[in-house]
Amino acid sequence: MTDGTRSEILLRVNGLTHRLDVDNRRTLLDALREDTGRTGPKKGCDRGQCGACTVLLDDRRVVSCLTLAVAADGSDVTTVEGLAPDGELHPLQQAFVQLDGFQCGYCTPGQLCSAVAMLAEHAAGWPSAVTTDVSPERPAPELDAVEVRERLSGNLCRCGAYPSIVRAVLETAARAEVTG
Amino acid sequence: MNASSTSPSPAPTGDRTPTPHPTRTSAPSAGTPEPLLGAVGMARPRIEGTAKVTGAVRYSSDEPMGDLAHGWAVTSTVTRGRIRDLDTSAALTMPGVLGVIDHRNAPRLDLEAGSFFGPDGGMHLLQTDEIPHSGRPVALVVAETAEQARSAARALRVTYDEEPCDVDFSLDHPAARPATSFIGADATVGDVDTELAASAVVVDARYVTPETHGAAMEPHSATAWWEDGRLQIVDSNQGPFLVAMTVAALFRLDPKQVRVRSPHVGGGFGSKSGGCGPQLVLAVMATAMFDRPVRVTLTRSQVFQTVSMRPTTDQRVRIGSDADGRLRAIDHTAAFEVSKLADYLENCTELTNTLYAARAIRTRRSAVPVDILPPYSVRGPGATPGSFALESAMDEVAERLHMDPLELRLRNEPSAGPVSGLPFSRRNLTACLREGARRFGWATRDHRPRTGREGHLLVGTGMAATSFGAGALPSTASITAETDGAFTVAIGASDIGTGARTALTAVAAEALRVPPERIRLLIADSDLGPAWGAGGSRGTTSWSWAITEAAAKLRSRPGGATLPLTVSFDTTESLGELPLMERHSYSAVFCEATVDPATGEVRVRRLLGMFAVGRVINPLLARSQLVGGMIMGLSMALHEEGVRDPATGRHLNTDFAGYHIAAHADVPDIEADFVPDYEPGDPSGIKGVGEIGTVGTAAAIANAVWHATGHRRRTLPIRPDHLVEERPLP
Repeated sequence: MTDGTRSEILLRVNGLTHRLDVDNRRTLLDALREDTGRTGPKKGCDRGQCGACTVLLDDRRVVSCLTLAVAADGSDVTTVEGLAPDGELHPLQQAFVQLDGFQCGYCTPGQLCSAVAMLAEHAAGWPSAVTTDVSPERPAPELDAVEVRERLSGNLCRCGAYPSIVRAVLETAARAEVTG
Repeated sequence: MNASSTSPSPAPTGDRTPTPHPTRTSAPSAGTPEPLLGAVGMARPRIEGTAKVTGAVRYSSDEPMGDLAHGWAVTSTVTRGRIRDLDTSAALTMPGVLGVIDHRNAPRLDLEAGSFFGPDGGMHLLQTDEIPHSGRPVALVVAETAEQARSAARALRVTYDEEPCDVDFSLDHPAARPATSFIGADATVGDVDTELAASAVVVDARYVTPETHGAAMEPHSATAWWEDGRLQIVDSNQGPFLVAMTVAALFRLDPKQVRVRSPHVGGGFGSKSGGCGPQLVLAVMATAMFDRPVRVTLTRSQVFQTVSMRPTTDQRVRIGSDADGRLRAIDHTAAFEVSKLADYLENCTELTNTLYAARAIRTRRSAVPVDILPPYSVRGPGATPGSFALESAMDEVAERLHMDPLELRLRNEPSAGPVSGLPFSRRNLTACLREGARRFGWATRDHRPRTGREGHLLVGTGMAATSFGAGALPSTASITAETDGAFTVAIGASDIGTGARTALTAVAAEALRVPPERIRLLIADSDLGPAWGAGGSRGTTSWSWAITEAAAKLRSRPGGATLPLTVSFDTTESLGELPLMERHSYSAVFCEATVDPATGEVRVRRLLGMFAVGRVINPLLARSQLVGGMIMGLSMALHEEGVRDPATGRHLNTDFAGYHIAAHADVPDIEADFVPDYEPGDPSGIKGVGEIGTVGTAAAIANAVWHATGHRRRTLPIRPDHLVEERPLP
């Protein structure tokens, strides 16, 4: 059912299908929080400047506050709640807990979703603004602290957990390399 | 409640998640009690860690609530004047709108209600047609959904009779008046002018720090509703008991009628302390008028415009020294902004009273009322801007003397409080300075400026010494010995990301001599009794004291008592018996920075802090807090500045694009560590770690920038345009 102001959309959130009747103005963030009860994604600024609302939309990271719910119709969405589907923590979540990669925890859902996508982007060979060699034949850039900081700079943390977050990401990446 | 009361056990509603395996990395301190394995001194991940990384914890705006209505605040577009007309007719016809609250229909508040500094007009929202500052809330639109409320808020037609405003603050402002002596009087020791005249070198400089904001990642949100004759509140704040008292005073309610919970709080840094935030005043008004649960969540821009901030400061420091680096005089005059709505003290001269020995010390603090909202504490209130001035000036003294700035600090260690004459409980600044210098590699530093060079970059190092007052404030804890061998520990504490849940569990376990797994901790609820909030670096000290004493009382009970058994302890009396002493945390901060003179960009490459913060309850979490504090100091040094347009008085940068806070790419790996320390006046030996990380960092960075470039930056933040050089480096 679609009239001038509302639309019916289909969202698969963490594997569960939701058929939602949403105000066309509703952001993906508000739809997740208010309509599907997924309050993991946070509204830190509502204008794409802090990254606390970051989720995976068809495996790519997006700021859900700048994504309209109607534009995500038919998509797969993974929120922080979906990173540990079977109750066992994602290695990155484990590393955040063990290395204290957060304090208040408000930016954490965004940091985690962003870092999961960032590791995949890096594995796929994407360069960042600090990658020195961006030629087509380049080898995959080495994932060091400078690369991680650059690639996660869209996720603000006012408690200043940055050094622990970077450590957690690097440790998780190194472990994945050993086991993977 | 008093020291001998026995009350019914609180409802067991604590949220406990499995505790990850602890690792032992602590260094035991001399003279401390032997810690029990698994309790105090252990590096243990946060109790709520798993819940935080899975999105399971609920912050104020996450709480599910039936029949919820949403309030949207409307703020003034002028800085000073009166509301001529507020036309609600269009808004009231819009879908879902329940109503509009403004100064004509809002519940009347008690205008005597406020904070420690007296009545606070910042909280007295929607009471008159007067506009005292830009961004002042003028109405709240309440609707079924947030979109409807927001849309109707835009349809409100507000017109103003505008009056000229004044936001042009400076030390020389004609309205400057002596600041409140609420936290101690100004100091006058010896004769500053005579000592300055006799000094071999005299530094006389002005330092300016800008308006800065707590900018916690969680915007302030409150949900309020009436249930069984009580006002129920879920709110983002730093101390639910203090907030409940303020709400009761504002709305003339019996304090017993008000219950405030703040289960998880997304950061505070002072912005959620000081009484009652605007989100809560508006939510309580709305639930009274519409007889429904109402949630008011501020937008990020509204947080910047309506929530207290650190005021701009303008400070003059004069220091006179003998040729050998012994200080003769310190004269510190500090002015700060206040609002015309409420008094406040930005106690910039606090460190000057205790940090260094000098024959003469004079401090003068003045407040300048301008047309802004009331400022309040932001991380390291007073000490943070004050330290930037004092420690920059000390660096300038070392520069003039051609002396190692570290040695200058060591040479002026006082044996007793230079102003108070009181003994120090435990002063460990020298240990911080020496150990920090050793780890940083300070000994090889060439103290002349502009001597470090790496390609196109200038490289410099700088340091600062600092302290922050330690202490505790009255709090009450209850402990129930349960029939299953567990202990329910209840205290109205707040965990704003400090790790209070984890730390207090360890403290309770140690005090009760049981493993932490047997502690059920209840916090974040005003019904748990009077308690200080998470502020002033006094949260953990205040709460731990009450828990430790309650545990001692429980353990002193004769065996065979019927369970469950509850005891309570109020620390008011014990605190009053504490002998007067100078009690402070100490730190030394070292920084290496690079400056690119072609662009003016400053990069902090290394940052190291050595801290004497008393006994460390949980080194993992304490280190995180100190590193986070240092990052806030870095951010203050290089990025943050609340800008007000001098013509219109409006706050111009009310979002994270305009008000930059340090991001990942701005922050290097940072080292924070502890020297052995212990506070003899505290039952647990602790001093508090919340603020000292921030305090010395900005000066250490500014001093490194001077060392790199030869340019002394006395105004924060240090921006690229301050350092860009026309000529390329040779």
